[in-house]
This record gives sequence, C-alpha cells and structure tokens, in this order.
Amino acid sequence: MAVTEHEIAGVGHSIKRKEDARFIQGKGTYVDDISLPGMLHMAILRSPLAHARIVSIDAERAQALPGVVAVVTGELLGQHNLAWMPTMSGDTQAVFATDKVRFQGQEVAAVVAEDAYTAHDALELIDVEYDPLPAVVDPKKALEPDAPIIRDDKDDQADNRCYRWETGDKSATDRAFEQADVVVSLDTFYPRCHPSPLETCGIVADVNPVTGKATLHMTSQAPHAHRTVFALVAGLPEQNIQIKTPDIGGGFGNKVPVYPGYVAATAASLLLGKPVKWVEDRSENLISTGFARDYHMHGELAMKRDGTMLALRVHLLSDNGAFFADAQPTKVKAGLFHIVTGSYDLPAAHVSAEGAYTNKAPGGVAYRCSFRVTEASYMIERLVQNAAYELGMDPAELRRKNFIAPDKFPYESVTGFVYDSGNYEAAMDLALEKVGYKELRDEQKRLREDGKLLGIGMASFTEVVGAGPAKDYDILGLKMFDSAELRVHPTGKAILKIGVQTQGQGHETTFAQIVASELGIPPEDILVQYGDTDNVPYGMGTYASRSTPTAGAATAMISRKLRDKAKKIAAHTLEVSEDDLEWETGRFFVKGAPDKAATIQDVAFAAYTNHPEDLEAGLEGSHYYNPPNMTYPFGTYVVVVEIDEGTGEWKVRRVVAVDDCGVRINPMIVEGQLHGGLAEGFAIAAMQLISFDEDGNCIGSNFTDYLLPTSWETPNFETFATVTPSPHHPFGAKGVGESATVGSPAAYVNAVVDALAHLGVRNLEMPVTPARVWEALQEARSGS
Amino acid sequence: MFPSRFEYVAPRSLEEALSTLAGRGDEAKVLAGGQSLIPLLKLRFASPALIVDLNRVPGLSYLEESDGHLRIGALARNRDVVASQTLEAGYPTIAAAAPLVSDPIVRNLGTVAGSLAHADPAGDWGSVMLALGAEVTVRSASGDRTIPVADFLVDTFTTSLEPTEVITEIRVPKPEGSSGGTYLKLERKVGDFATVAVAVQLALDDGRIGRAGIALTAVGPKNIQAIDAERSLAGAEPTPESFQEAARLAADAASPISDVRGSADYKRAVVRTFVQRGLDRALELARAS
Amino acid sequence: MEITVTVNGEKTEADIEPRNLLVHFLREDLRLTGTHVGCDTSHCGACTVLLDGLPVKSCTVLAVQTDGRDVTTVEGLAQNGELHPIQEAFKEEHGLQCGFCTPGMMLTSAALLEQTPDPTEEDIRWALSGNICRCTGYMNIVKAVQWASSKMKAEATDSGS
Repeated sequence: MAVTEHEIAGVGHSIKRKEDARFIQGKGTYVDDISLPGMLHMAILRSPLAHARIVSIDAERAQALPGVVAVVTGELLGQHNLAWMPTMSGDTQAVFATDKVRFQGQEVAAVVAEDAYTAHDALELIDVEYDPLPAVVDPKKALEPDAPIIRDDKDDQADNRCYRWETGDKSATDRAFEQADVVVSLDTFYPRCHPSPLETCGIVADVNPVTGKATLHMTSQAPHAHRTVFALVAGLPEQNIQIKTPDIGGGFGNKVPVYPGYVAATAASLLLGKPVKWVEDRSENLISTGFARDYHMHGELAMKRDGTMLALRVHLLSDNGAFFADAQPTKVKAGLFHIVTGSYDLPAAHVSAEGAYTNKAPGGVAYRCSFRVTEASYMIERLVQNAAYELGMDPAELRRKNFIAPDKFPYESVTGFVYDSGNYEAAMDLALEKVGYKELRDEQKRLREDGKLLGIGMASFTEVVGAGPAKDYDILGLKMFDSAELRVHPTGKAILKIGVQTQGQGHETTFAQIVASELGIPPEDILVQYGDTDNVPYGMGTYASRSTPTAGAATAMISRKLRDKAKKIAAHTLEVSEDDLEWETGRFFVKGAPDKAATIQDVAFAAYTNHPEDLEAGLEGSHYYNPPNMTYPFGTYVVVVEIDEGTGEWKVRRVVAVDDCGVRINPMIVEGQLHGGLAEGFAIAAMQLISFDEDGNCIGSNFTDYLLPTSWETPNFETFATVTPSPHHPFGAKGVGESATVGSPAAYVNAVVDALAHLGVRNLEMPVTPARVWEALQEARSGS
Repeated sequence: MFPSRFEYVAPRSLEEALSTLAGRGDEAKVLAGGQSLIPLLKLRFASPALIVDLNRVPGLSYLEESDGHLRIGALARNRDVVASQTLEAGYPTIAAAAPLVSDPIVRNLGTVAGSLAHADPAGDWGSVMLALGAEVTVRSASGDRTIPVADFLVDTFTTSLEPTEVITEIRVPKPEGSSGGTYLKLERKVGDFATVAVAVQLALDDGRIGRAGIALTAVGPKNIQAIDAERSLAGAEPTPESFQEAARLAADAASPISDVRGSADYKRAVVRTFVQRGLDRALELARAS
Repeated sequence: MEITVTVNGEKTEADIEPRNLLVHFLREDLRLTGTHVGCDTSHCGACTVLLDGLPVKSCTVLAVQTDGRDVTTVEGLAQNGELHPIQEAFKEEHGLQCGFCTPGMMLTSAALLEQTPDPTEEDIRWALSGNICRCTGYMNIVKAVQWASSKMKAEATDSGS
C-alpha cells in the first residue's frame, strides 16, 4: 500500500520538531560548550574611548601574570598582515586598532591564557595610553565640512561620507509632486538597536600545527561565506579551513558578519599551536557587534484629494559607525530599502540615501529583516497612516484604495522590483474582520468622549526576501544561490545536506518535510545536515528569510531530480516502460495496475543492487538553485492599545496578525516564527535602544539598559493566514522568518499615534517610551 | 564576566562574622542575597579582598510580628515577603512592593536588608521603609544600634552602616488604627529599575488623616521622603484637594535627572500621578480596614 | 576551597576558587553544559538552575555558596530515563526554537508547577518573567507550561486511584 500524504507528514503538516530532543535535555552543543584538549582562553581588551589616537600599548605586566600564554596586539597582527579585514560592504575594518580607536568598545588587544578568569585578570594589566580626539556621534554633524575625519586610514577619504545612493525616477517623481493636491511628509528616526540573540558570538579556533588544518567552531549564520572570507583575509588555503557551526543560540542577523574576535582567536591558535576559545560577554556583544537600523528618514507622499497616491519621495541618512560594515548585496548601498513603495501601486518614486561614518560600532546588519526592508516598511506604513489623517480618510480605506490589485501580479515597481504574487486586500480584510475593526472604531469614539485613549494601528506590509537571483545579488562577489545535496541510502533512508544554516528555525524538520513531500520518504528517515563546510555543499547561509526560497527550493529540485532517476530504476525493476509508470507519494505504480508498484525504498535498494546497466549506480545528487526572483511575503497586522494618560504607559490590548507567506511547510513552525517576530517588533517599538552620549559612550551596553521584554510585557498574538503561493518557487513557498519584525513595529507605533491623533499628534519616535507618550500629550494639550 | 580574586569566609555565627569584620571590615563586603553584589563583582565595579557570606549564620531569615513591629531579619528573602500571608492586611505597602522588586528568580535570593544596604536610589525598599517610618538595627563587635531609615540612607550607594557592622534586622512599626498604603512603580519591563516609584502610607484618625508617609524612588540621589507632602496631610481631611496638594508637594520634593527613561519634568509628573493614585488606594484600604 | 554539593542527586566534591561562579563550576568543572550564559547582569535567566528546589540565576551565585546544598540542572530534569512532563511539553507545544533559553525556562516552569500545579496564564507569565526568550514570543512557552500542568495532574490522578 502507498502511504498517504498525511502519513508522510510532508509540506503542510505541523509535525513536532526533530531537533527538540537534544535541546530539552540540555544536550545541544553551542560553541561555548565545546572544550578541546589543551584549549586556551582569549579575552579582548576594548577601548574605553570613542575616538582617540593610540600612543602606546604596554603589555609587559599582563604577559608576566602566571597563566598568561600570550598577548595579541594590532602590531603583532600587522606582522602577519592581519591588522585589517574586509567588511561585508567592501570597506575595511581594524581587527585590532593600531593607529587610533574609532568607537567605544573597539578591539585593542587580547590576552590568551590557560583559563578565562586569568585572561580577564590580565586585561586589567595592559596599559594603553590614549590621546583623546573629539568624538563624532551625530551623522548630520559628521557630514559637516569641519567634522573631524574618522577614517583617516583611507587615502581616498576626505570626509565622513561613506556612500551616496539613489534609485527611482527623480524627474517623474518631481512632476507628480507638482501635480499633487495633497502632500504629506514625515521625518522619523529608526533608532539603533541590536539583534541580541540570547547566545553571544564566539569561536573555538583549532589550527593543527602539524597539518595546518584550521577547524573553526563558530557562531556563524553563513559558514561557507565566512570560510571564503577567512581564506582571503588570512591567506590560508581554503581546503584547509573547516568552519563548523554547531547549535546556534539565535542569530537574527547578529551572526552574519566576521568579527575581529574570530580573526584574533584564529591567529592566536595558528601562532600558539593550540585551540583557542573566545566567547564574548553580553556587553561586548552589545557594544561591538553588528547593530541594526540607525536610519534618519524623510518621506513625502503625493496624493490626489481622493486619496490616490501619485508619488513617493524618501531621503535617508544612515549612521554606519566607524566602518561601513552593512551586510548587504554588492549592488546596493542601503540594502533593499527601495522596497519602500510597499504594498501600494505608486506610479513614481525616488529614493536617495547617504551614509556617514561616526564614532560608533560598525554593523548595519539586517536584524531579522531582509537588508533594510524593515526601515522601508516602517517609513511607508507610518506615512500612509498620517496621509489618512490628512485626507480625513480611514487608514484602512486609504490602503485599500492604493493596494496593488491581485490581477497586476507579477507587478513591476517603480524602484525596480518585480513582486511575484499578492492579494493585499484579502489579507487586510481578514485582519479587520478578526479584530472587529468597525466596532473598535466605534468604541474609540465613545472612549474619546469620556476622555479615554484607545488607539488602533495597522500595517499592511510587503517584504522582499530570498536573494538571489545570482545575476543581481552577491555578497563580496559570492553569488546568492543556495544548495542542497541529497543522498538516499540503499535502505531508503536519506541524508540531506544544505548550504543554509539554522539558528533555531527548525531546518532539521522542515527540510526533511520538503524531501518527504517530493520523494515520499518520511521525515524521520531523513537526517538533515548543515553547518560543516567540509561536509555540506556551498551556500550563502541563513538571513534575509532566504532559507526556504533558496535552499528549500534546491531541496525540492534535487528531490525531483532523484525522483526522475528513481523512475528509470523503477521501470527497470518492474520491467515496464517509464511512460507506463505513475507517481504517488512514496511509490511508482503501473498505470491501470496499481498493485504492481515499487516504493521509493524499493527503488533506493535497487539503485545500489539492481540498477539498469545504462544508468549510474546510486541515488544521490546535488542541486544549486538560483532563484529566478525573490519572494514577496505580505500581510496586515492590527494592534490595539490603551493609554494611561497619567504616566504615558501604553498597553497592548490585541495584536491580530494575518500573514501570507505562500505555502507553509510546517504551520506550527511558521506560527512560532511569527510570534517571535511580533514580540521583537513590540520590543523595538517599545524599548530596545542603543544610544550614545555626546562623548560617544554607549548607553545600552548591557541588559540593564538594553531592554528585552519578558513574558510579562509581551502581548498575546492572534495569528491568521491567507495563502497566495509564489508562482516561481518550486512548491509555492515564500520566506517568513522576518515578516513580523518587518511589519509589526509600524503597527505598534501607529496604534499609539492613533490614540493621540485626535489631539493632533502625528509622530512618536521609537522606542515609544511612556515618557515620550506623556510628552506628546502635554504638547498636544497645551497647543490646543 | 569573571570576578577578581577574593578571599571568602562563611561564618557560622554572627559573632564570628562580626569579629572578622572588626579586623578587616574596610576590605570586606558582606554577602547576603548577593543579587546586587555579585553582578558588581562580575563587572569588576567592586573588587573586595574579602567576602563575608552571612548565609551560614542561623536565625536571620525571620519575618515576624512582635512587640508592635514587623521584624525583617537580615536574611529574609524578597521571596519570603511575597509569600507572606500576614502582610496583605497589616502592611499593604510592603505587600504591594515585594512583587515589584527585580524579577521572580532574583527575588528567590535577594534580601530586603541587602537591598537597603545597597542604597541604590532606584531601590524599592528604601522608599517603602521611609514611608513606614522603619528603623534598621545594626550590630558590630561592640554592640547594637538602631538607626531610623531616614538616617540610614545617606547618599547614592552610601549608608551610615560602618564597615564593621552588619544589619541584623529591619523594624517596621505596625501602622495604627485604620490604615492603608501601597507602592506604585513605573518600570519599562520586569527587572528594570524604576523610572519612578512611590510608596504611600496613610493612617486615619477619627476620619481625619493621622500619620502619612510618602517616599519616592529613582527621583534623586537617594530614596526621598516627601516630608512637606506628609506634613500637609497630617491632620487634614482626606479629600481630593488635600491629596492633590500632597501630590504637588511630593513632586516638588523630587529632584530627578533627565535620562533615557524620561525628562525630569516627566518624572515629576509621574510622582504626582502616583502620589495621588497611591493616596486614593491607601484611603480605600484604610476605610476598609 | 573544598566544597561538597549534590548535583542532580549525585554528591560531588570539588576544590574551587571562591570567585568561581556556580554557572562556571557546572559548565567547566562538571561539564554540565546545558546551563547557559546569556548576559552579565542577572537579567536573562539562561543560567537558571534549582538551588534546593528554587530557581536561581547560577551566574549570580558563587559556587562555594552551594556547599552542602542541592543543585538541579536541566540534565537532572529527566528521572530514570523518563522525560519530565515539562520537557515533553516544550516539544509538544513548540515552546523552543534556538533552544538557548530552554533549560532555564523549563527549570523555572518545573519549580512553578511544584508550587502551583494549576497556574493561570497570568501566573505563568509572572513566574517566567525572570527568563528571557528571543525566539518564541513566549506564547508557546505559556502553552507548554499549561500542557505540562494538565499532564502532571492527569498523572497524579492516575497514580492516586
């Protein structure tokens, strides 16, 4: 008998996660859990100043401390040509500062010792003399002509500008603005925040002094890309570098870049001939590794009086910190921010961007987002709500009027994206129905008459995720394809090796489900492997919601290739022509004679024991998938808040989220991802902030100041789905891991603004603290 | 995060602890719950040569009512205060504050006395004890002394505790007659230090206000007793007007700084809101008692 | 300094420096790496273990303080090869993603269920508010605790009858 679709538990089934067994028993293996014989421990000395020239570094006392094996300085790294390294945006970054320090927390030196306590003791014994320089903390001031130059290490750098970039049609946009009845503008700042996965970054570098083989156990979201970067930076032969990413305690973009600590620990292991562990503490993580956002944005929307959108104009200034280290495709400078036209059928748009070096940590990682899509989504969704107020329209109706209609897909946007599929109105209508929108508006009106504040905010976002295509997207020249290798063993069990890297997304389960659907092998019979560059095919890693769109597609494609081969083998063993065979999940059978069949397990066995002479043995193969386009998940989130006027506190009453990510591989896991994203969106809107004082001291350097919400503050979420498959993905899926972080911040902020809108409030900056709400109220009340 | 080296002793009696402190108090830190001290050691903000761990000293974990006082032993944990059934009726201000101190896990170890000795201006217990007119009993090798909390809290992270002394108990006078009180705290998340918090205690005497206690958290260099506000209430009718006036005076007593939590004006406004709300609640409880 | 501490039911003797944090003692000396370090300031709760049955943050306890006491880590949750209901529950209700906060979450939850066998959602959210999760948004963690509560009640009824 054939197994049924249901029994196979392939795509569409909420099966429990295969990876959980080890985690619930405390048997996961994270980088810090690795202990190798003779392993040494490294600790990094960081700059207390944001901008200063290094006069001298005296490590003699540290070196003399019993238990200290070595002190690594920039000078030492320089002798091995390792003092600088490339960033993900093609800039350079100091591994350890040699000339001057450019942000508080910058790496200056490291101690390698027999244990971590001693290494930290020795840090206090390194004497560094600094000659302080004025710190540049405001990107606008950074671009003024008399600003101190931060990157005086670069010959071609005469100011603090790190890029200029624009796209869209400026003159068409200008013309549209001239013809507009109504122009609404918004200046807003998407503040610097930090992905802050619960596990910090770290490495156990193990360079074998005899063979020269470097085995690097690393917290990496992109092990292959990192291997290549290591080969280029360190000049090591790439076949002698093995990057192993064990279990990763969350990434959210934080583990995409290569950090100085990785390079220094590897160099130390190379020089000392022993394994070296470096695991940063939380403060190091927050002050030195990839931050996110930090976009100062100005947006303008031109409309007809009836609400028809005519054009969008956005300018942004990014604060990139001391090194331009945004993780993004080569051809763009502000990521995919130009998706800022969002879900709307805009005839014209112009986007311009410039970036400034400042004395802050480098980064610009896509924190649970596809290269700056979050900032774009925030801009347009905030702007649309303000436009509705200006026009006196309901924000939902203004959206409805301007949505890209379902029959317009594939839709080419004026900033150059080709949206694959969408039905925005259906998602919004479902959200409005579930939240009881009309009743809420009535309640809001009644409460306002009693002087009480209720806000209803929404966001109808569209994302662009899953880069490639390779012709358009690469990072440091590496094309953004991805891969899968499938080996079906003689007994019908299989190993799937993928080029992407889970950090909690559940790849061991979902990728097995893809194979299950395509080949009829149950998920429990499939071992999914990743994160060992010696063992799995090359891929660009997991970020930007790209795993399912790229490696997920590759998995489907290799499964189909093997199914084609299996059919030939089945025809051979059943002694019929291939044309006489039909496939149903898990088996081939002869048309008209369903009992005459070969299961995939039968075929697998035959592939090694009884394959046709004219066919290669085995049932194995790999596929490198180059996506023809990106995928465009979308949805509508509605948030309802209540405000305490006496304190400015806002409390979320409801969050209704409708997501359309096409076909869902494992709905349970998809919902889990959405919950996480909705929580992080809330966190960003309400409390997560990295700020700096005027001397460049980081405020937000530990969890006392950088706030992460707990179960107590985090609201409940009501999640719903519509399904509009991606037409170009092999099984219709889109990426979903970041939808809720991208879409929800605007919904939360819109809700709070909406509560105060009748008083004339049009903007609140994130994080929307009680203090900011209270101040907006005071201003509105005193102004009226 | 790795503390510097220190010596560690865990005396089995108070006498033993005190004799150690008599000799080496200047270079020692006393460890009770450790929930403020150990983070400081880890961040190397504190590097004492000696840690004197009180946790092996028997008989300091009590939380009991006797001789007209609630007596909180030096090792009574925040968790014990939260769990105590007797506080709700007699000491509602304490009952309201206890669950708002840090987070549930930290409360399992953190002590009331340790928090008070830490003298963080954002600490909750300082305000509660000021509003309740509590005293701190401290002991050294040369004897006991009892210090009103108002004198105990000197400045930011500074108390009148001598290096040779330890707190043995906190004594909270039992509120007389019809009384009520509460603690209101604005925190951005569980475990956050207060943006602003207010402790309010009110006793009714024949329909008029008897003793009133109002103290403020995180709006000055230390917990602030709003003395003018308290005086304005003593003997007054419990009316919206008198509460409003007390709230105004309490806001005046605050000297907050502007920071990421909010502007000074904002914090004063929250003091006002909380004092008013706190008094309303206290009155409600007093009338019901 | 010499200490004797019972870890997961097993008496363990060790000679350690007073400054050694409990979490480091567990992870490095005993190689019980299920207890994680997520922050420096006693906020995240990834290092939560049970000390004499109560959840504590093992990064904020000196190992020497546990002399003569009882410590339970995630590795001690399962008994006689059988998972604790809270472990099953986290899998059943998809209460974990990256798994880093999971040991601490489960230990805090297990302690809650000891005290309060039938907690409300509010009880659960309050009890877990010293443990941070960055992946799940907490909803499924709450459901997991409810699942475990039901299972434990059913087991208690079964064994009681």
